[in-house]
Amino acid sequence: MTLSVDITHRQGDFTLECAFESDARVTGLFGPSGAGKSSLLRIIAGLVRPDLGRVELAGRCVFDSRAGVHVPAHRRRIGYVFQRARLFAHLNVRHNLGYGAWFAREKPGRARFRQVVDMLDIGPLLNRRVTGLSGGEQQRVAIGRALLSNPAMLLLDEPLASLDVARRQEVLPYIERLSAESELPIVFVSHQLDELLRLANRRVVAVRDGRVTFSGPTAEFLAQPSLLGAEQAGDAGVLLRAEIIAHWPGDGLTELVCGRQSLFVPHVAHPAGSAITLHVRARDVMLARQRPQDISALNVLEARIEQLVADGDYAVNVHMRVGEQPLEARITRRSAEALVLAPGQTIHAVVKSLALAEQAWERLGGL
Amino acid sequence: MFDAATLEVLTLSLWVATTAVVVSLPLALAVAWFLARSQWRGKMVVDALVHLPLVMPPVVTGYLLLVGLGRNSLVGGWFADTFGLVFAFKWTGAALAGAIMGFPLLVRPIRLSLEAIDNRVEAAAATLGASPIWVALTVTLPLALPGVIAGLVLAFARALGEFGATITFASNIPGETRTLPIAIYTFIQVPGGESRAAQLIIVSIAVSLTALVASELIARRVKRLQAAP
Repeated sequence: MTLSVDITHRQGDFTLECAFESDARVTGLFGPSGAGKSSLLRIIAGLVRPDLGRVELAGRCVFDSRAGVHVPAHRRRIGYVFQRARLFAHLNVRHNLGYGAWFAREKPGRARFRQVVDMLDIGPLLNRRVTGLSGGEQQRVAIGRALLSNPAMLLLDEPLASLDVARRQEVLPYIERLSAESELPIVFVSHQLDELLRLANRRVVAVRDGRVTFSGPTAEFLAQPSLLGAEQAGDAGVLLRAEIIAHWPGDGLTELVCGRQSLFVPHVAHPAGSAITLHVRARDVMLARQRPQDISALNVLEARIEQLVADGDYAVNVHMRVGEQPLEARITRRSAEALVLAPGQTIHAVVKSLALAEQAWERLGGL
Repeated sequence: MFDAATLEVLTLSLWVATTAVVVSLPLALAVAWFLARSQWRGKMVVDALVHLPLVMPPVVTGYLLLVGLGRNSLVGGWFADTFGLVFAFKWTGAALAGAIMGFPLLVRPIRLSLEAIDNRVEAAAATLGASPIWVALTVTLPLALPGVIAGLVLAFARALGEFGATITFASNIPGETRTLPIAIYTFIQVPGGESRAAQLIIVSIAVSLTALVASELIARRVKRLQAAP
């Protein structure tokens, strides 16, 4: 098990009582602000000592209240990227990056240094003082600093939260690259679903009011609006895996194939042949009995209805399969009755390309 | 420019003041650290003790030193027997008096700059593998440097100008304990000594000014390099 946590900790009126396990390479820790995500991360890192319980990192017990084990933070080999960069103001960028290597038992070599610097595009900053860097640059240096301490696990605590939208777009691709290319186990904390799906599309641990409300595959999590919380219930849907087959630069679109059916989405910056994951919101999916003609939506997928689930007074969730993969549509009961939908039918699911525009992509790499 | 006697006063004073701050710096760092970080309630008492020399008449401090560390006193005798270190009527006594009088001025800026340090940066250093001692040496102290420099300059100036406690504890012995202020006082007492006193007065003003300007420049440079990211 990569990560195993079972702890109880009181902080004033707030009680954190969490137990979960994950062996995924990227584990998403999801929950609203104040749910206890950061406290949980501080406990994993050893910065806070919980009252009771046990924490295991990469098969190594780092905390066990019963056995009296508490490995201090500096011996846990955790790379921690905080909400704010927390760089050392008295050192320049190069020395900030090199700080962890001082203490690492296995020092990252010159080649590794170069590799991290190149991956984060911070080569031109090496001799600068950290004071003059922009928020995005600082956060990239902080990521590099954590990586170069040669950690056994990387904890990312909403590394984009303190950045404005433009800076966020600047840093996000680097974190995506990190989660796609690095072999390090990563725990990524976020209260934003789109970020979480981009970076942790395999495994989610949801936390609310200091308790774990869900721990399991991301796709399962996404299918349950009640878990997402009121603000993000509209994002409920499925994760659809597809492969890039062509780019259409003239249209600015990328063509994907999903179970031998083709899909168009706004341009994806990955080469043909790579696999990506699409987040398809149930409320963005329209259903038609016949293949619609002369319609602006570019994506019409043939699907088989598996199940109809009434949801509230007026809505129905239609669970379908596209080939082997699940798809979900949230439509009105009135429409479901008008179309006489029933399990076993073949139906056409219509999704606008632009409804997939702001969605999350993740390259699946070798997974 | 200066005659031998003036030069002797000058070098003695600089030596005494330097010894005073250099020797008391480690203790000042420890006390400042304790005052800045400890949650212990009794630290108010320590705080008061440290600041006592600042508010007490210096003569009283000097008298207490004489009683406590005089050659015939228990502690003074022990120091003399064990380390061969004698304070009363020696330059070491002048340095000790200067150190004690300058101590609150040394501790205060260090404590303030330690309190201003964001302990989340220290937590970041811990996650990077630095043990508490390494965090202190490589993060906390460098970040507290402006405070350390300010404290050193203030304490140095205070030790250089120390009069009351020094003359009470170490007396006015030429070449041994006759520091700058004591020499000035002595020359003023002697008919025709005004010109030599004036010379020393100008020197002491120059030294003080230089120290202040230098510390300001260093502090500014350090702060510019360390402005919060």
